[in-house]
Amino acid sequence: MIALLVVLGIIVLVVGALIGIYNSLVGVRNQVQEAWAQVDVQLKRRFDLIPNLMETVKGYMHHERDTLEAVTKARTAVQGAGSLGDRAQAEGALGMALGRLFAVAESYPDLKASQNFLALQEELSSTENKIGFARQYYNQAVMTLNNKIQMFPSNIIAGMFSFKTGEFFELKDSAAREAPKVSFN
Amino acid sequence: MFEAIAANRRKSAALVVLMAVLLGGLGYALGEYFAQGGGLVGLAGAAVLWLILTLVSWSQGDQIFLSMSGARKVGPDDLPVLWNVVEEMTIASGLAKMPAIYVIDDPAPNAFATGRSPETASVAVTSGLLKLLDRDELQGVIAHELGHIRNRDILLMLFAGVLMGAIVLLADVGLRSWLWGGGRSRRSSSNEGGGQGQALLMILAIVLMILAPIMAQLIYFAISRKREYLADASSAAFTRFPDGLARALEKIGGAAAGALRGASRATAPMYIVNPLAAAAKKRDATSLTATHPPIAERVRILRAMHGASYQDYDQSFARVTGKNGVLPNSALADPHAGAGLRIQGAQWQEGSAGIAATATATAAPAPAAAGPAAAPSAQESRRRARAVDDWFYAQDGWRRVDCGCGATLKIPPRLAASRIKCPRCGTRHALG
Repeated sequence: MIALLVVLGIIVLVVGALIGIYNSLVGVRNQVQEAWAQVDVQLKRRFDLIPNLMETVKGYMHHERDTLEAVTKARTAVQGAGSLGDRAQAEGALGMALGRLFAVAESYPDLKASQNFLALQEELSSTENKIGFARQYYNQAVMTLNNKIQMFPSNIIAGMFSFKTGEFFELKDSAAREAPKVSFN
Repeated sequence: MFEAIAANRRKSAALVVLMAVLLGGLGYALGEYFAQGGGLVGLAGAAVLWLILTLVSWSQGDQIFLSMSGARKVGPDDLPVLWNVVEEMTIASGLAKMPAIYVIDDPAPNAFATGRSPETASVAVTSGLLKLLDRDELQGVIAHELGHIRNRDILLMLFAGVLMGAIVLLADVGLRSWLWGGGRSRRSSSNEGGGQGQALLMILAIVLMILAPIMAQLIYFAISRKREYLADASSAAFTRFPDGLARALEKIGGAAAGALRGASRATAPMYIVNPLAAAAKKRDATSLTATHPPIAERVRILRAMHGASYQDYDQSFARVTGKNGVLPNSALADPHAGAGLRIQGAQWQEGSAGIAATATATAAPAPAAAGPAAAPSAQESRRRARAVDDWFYAQDGWRRVDCGCGATLKIPPRLAASRIKCPRCGTRHALG
């Protein structure tokens, strides 16, 4: 009788623990999805702000066709990107192109005095910050999920219900990845 | 982060129980003081007082607090930089909902967060703060306030503040009646044997009346100081840029300090720096009655951080103060506190430096920023101050007339004239 109760007790404990692990896995997975939605919203916002910026800037920056074209091209590339890796690459390139545009804009005092441009600059740099912070939060959530999926004992449950590890979102221009060249002459 | 919140809840519970015991003891002593065997009545009275105060502050506390300080609500188009910074920090902290934003028209730079839950929270900043700080510094301050919200400090302070208020109120009533010779005076009781015990109880009641408010405040302030460190650490972790908050604290500490309207000893711990005039004079004094750690020490800790995570803050605290760490273990074990993600954060800072005009000083160390960046920053700070002032004028019903000569006329809401002359170029404008 006692043995039966002990066995029953152990079964209840084990099942309870399994349910707890499963639920926490689902919770973390949902958190990753939610965090991704936030990144996506901000990327979309930046995408939508660019035509406005181009319209404002065009009248002032007559000699910067290359810079403007680079932004437009990078924006189009974002639309065509398929996988998360491609998307990250394209978004990184777009960020860089915008950075160059604002750097060049420094040498146009008329443009810098335009209220419209200043408002757009604040909006875009804030969106850039939001992308950064949302990405930071997303990557933290992915790391938590991946740890749970790979670590014992939650990896058993994760395997049984085929939870998939998340992919980090790294916004980096490919050029920036190259090691800096150092010379000693 | 979730662990830190759980630890905070446990501590809040312990604190509330401790203060409740103090309040109950005071109520009992008061009851006994007024009438023999009246202890239980006193206890019940204290409980009722506490319940009423709690209910009021639970349902209305943040609104009372905000209207007491004369705060006005801000929309997305009113002060875009402030709105954007709060939105950025909401994302960085992972809060589900952006807090409501209020601005207080007061030259003393300060900020606070209030509300009973992250969903109903509000942050308020003074116009002085908006004029004084650049974008990075404002971000540090807002991140500090959102840290309070995220760590559930605002609820803890609300409960503790209510308990302290009840204790102070009761002790005040008791002491006044004692001074005016009320209460159960030395009338001989029918039971002579109990006389000595009664006298002892009376003395105990009086001592408790004097000590309870002091003890309650000490508990309250001790908790408040710990919470400030944790919020500073949260700010560094959210922004990945501890120097922003450090610079902000330096500027705020250096600004001409004045008392803030609507601030009292009970609400002082909710602000980023102590808003009371007397405390502001000796802000760097470390004492049991300080609601905040000294600003200079907070700045030194932030400056000595090697990274931006909670661990870095804890290590830096130990280096600067020579004490052990200050953050709860649960906070250090928290995956959302930025452990291991330092490098990504640094890369991002570097990448964004080019795009944000106001963030150009970000990558440079603090001393360098004062040199070449000084000229545009004076212009920048004038523009900032004007935007804040314009918003307050508009709120008060002032109209704006942009004259062709470049001047902007601000028209008081109750001006009787139908036309106005531009003082610079003499053009007459019709007022609609």
